[in-house]
Amino acid sequence: MKARTMKRHLLDSFKSMKRNGWMTLAAVSAVTVTLLLVGIFLTLLLNMNKLATDVEKDVRVNVYIEKVATEDQKKALKKVLEQMDEVDHVELKTRDEELDDLVGSYGSNFSMFQGDDNPLYDKYVVSAKEPTDTAKIAKEAEDLENVTDVSYGKLTVDKLFKTLNTVRNIGLVITIALLLLAMFLISNTIRITILSRSTEIEIMKLVGATNGFIRWPFLLEGAWIGMFGALIPIAILTGVYLPIYSKFNSALTTASFSLLSPSPFLYQIGGVMLAIGMIIGALGSILSMRRFLKN
Amino acid sequence: MIEMLNVYKKYPNGITAANGLSVRIEQGEFVYVVGPSGAGKSTFIKMIYREERASKGTIKVGDFDLITMRDKQVPYLRRHVGVVFQDYKLLPRLTVYENIAYAMEVVEKNPRMIKKRVLEVLDLVGLKHKVRMFPTELSGGEQQRISIARAIVNMPRVLIADEPTGNLDPDTSWEIMNILDEINRQGTTIVMATHNSQIVNVMKHRVLAVENGRIVRDELGGDYGYEG
Repeated sequence: MKARTMKRHLLDSFKSMKRNGWMTLAAVSAVTVTLLLVGIFLTLLLNMNKLATDVEKDVRVNVYIEKVATEDQKKALKKVLEQMDEVDHVELKTRDEELDDLVGSYGSNFSMFQGDDNPLYDKYVVSAKEPTDTAKIAKEAEDLENVTDVSYGKLTVDKLFKTLNTVRNIGLVITIALLLLAMFLISNTIRITILSRSTEIEIMKLVGATNGFIRWPFLLEGAWIGMFGALIPIAILTGVYLPIYSKFNSALTTASFSLLSPSPFLYQIGGVMLAIGMIIGALGSILSMRRFLKN
Repeated sequence: MIEMLNVYKKYPNGITAANGLSVRIEQGEFVYVVGPSGAGKSTFIKMIYREERASKGTIKVGDFDLITMRDKQVPYLRRHVGVVFQDYKLLPRLTVYENIAYAMEVVEKNPRMIKKRVLEVLDLVGLKHKVRMFPTELSGGEQQRISIARAIVNMPRVLIADEPTGNLDPDTSWEIMNILDEINRQGTTIVMATHNSQIVNVMKHRVLAVENGRIVRDELGGDYGYEG
């Protein structure tokens, strides 16, 4: 195709949108509403997923050290723990620090255990690279020397992982269903605008336009409708997400959780919505014309 | 120019609209196609620009063999065969200028040439001053003149007219006929289906009478031959 013809198709698609005024507006609004729904759900789901991952990462193995262990033995133990493949990092928490935590959470009643009366053990807090390896690490750590006990809240953790997985799967199903719904709604709206123009297509064929020539402006028009339909939801989402992020994220961060940072996330979801809008718009338009183009 | 040999057309509903049509139309001829409603006039006309495909026989228009031709080739045939309809078939959302230019854009002519030629044909049909208007702002006669302008803008060798005066009053009909006559005098073959006996009887040309899917009369300078 000549560049001149492509330029013609481009101009034609804009002209057609302008002259189809209300029809274009209706189609754009339909896309807007659909993509807004998709955008909101995607944002919720992806953030839920992020929080779930954070929760998983927060799961750690407590390795309690025997009271009789010497400083050297403790260091050796730390080294062994750090050298495990699954281990991300190891942190020492002394019995005094733990007692302080207890006093902090449960009140000064516990301060009677200060000093040598402290019944708690020193412990290493071990974080796994992959949260699912937690159990494995715990098992290996149990057999190490100078370890008196290992805990990671077996039942709770197993349950948590199971729940999070279910949440993720449900989220995935909802997302896919929504995407399908969006495809259906957008291509249907565009289909209606094209149905109203079947005579136009017939006339184009009568004056000798090839199917390709007829198709291009419609394809572009569908893509623009999808694009314009995506812009408003992107703006709304950005406008709502930024304040929510700045309000809640600082609170969450203290608990070592965080929402998806707006900088890549809003661009990503914006890109996804633009792509969905434009691709489905163009495809919807091509597919709905198909039967008018048959000879 | 146009050649039909033993052409049959049977529709899926069982109606036979062409029942062994044979005719030869030379370059530069002006031919009326007359006959009662449902006799097969429309089918005859539509087969020339491949809107209908014959079931059997031979149809040739210029270099195109319409029987063996593939669907993909149809647009290229239509660029050589201008068509004018009773209901004008203008694109409602395009201006007069754009409607005519569209037929040239389709063949990827350059914009400067399009502009020159569109104004030229608008001049020929006498509507240069309405170039920016939309079809709905024009009278029936004016719309028909635009549709003729569009049909000839690519200088087709054949112009098909399906009841071009069917929706017009007598005065306007004559204006249209004069334009078609002028186009014919410039060498374009014209095949026109019509019910207008006055036109056929006054502006004498070859007459093909179609009945029951057959040509029953082929007369140079003949009369309309039916009542009304």
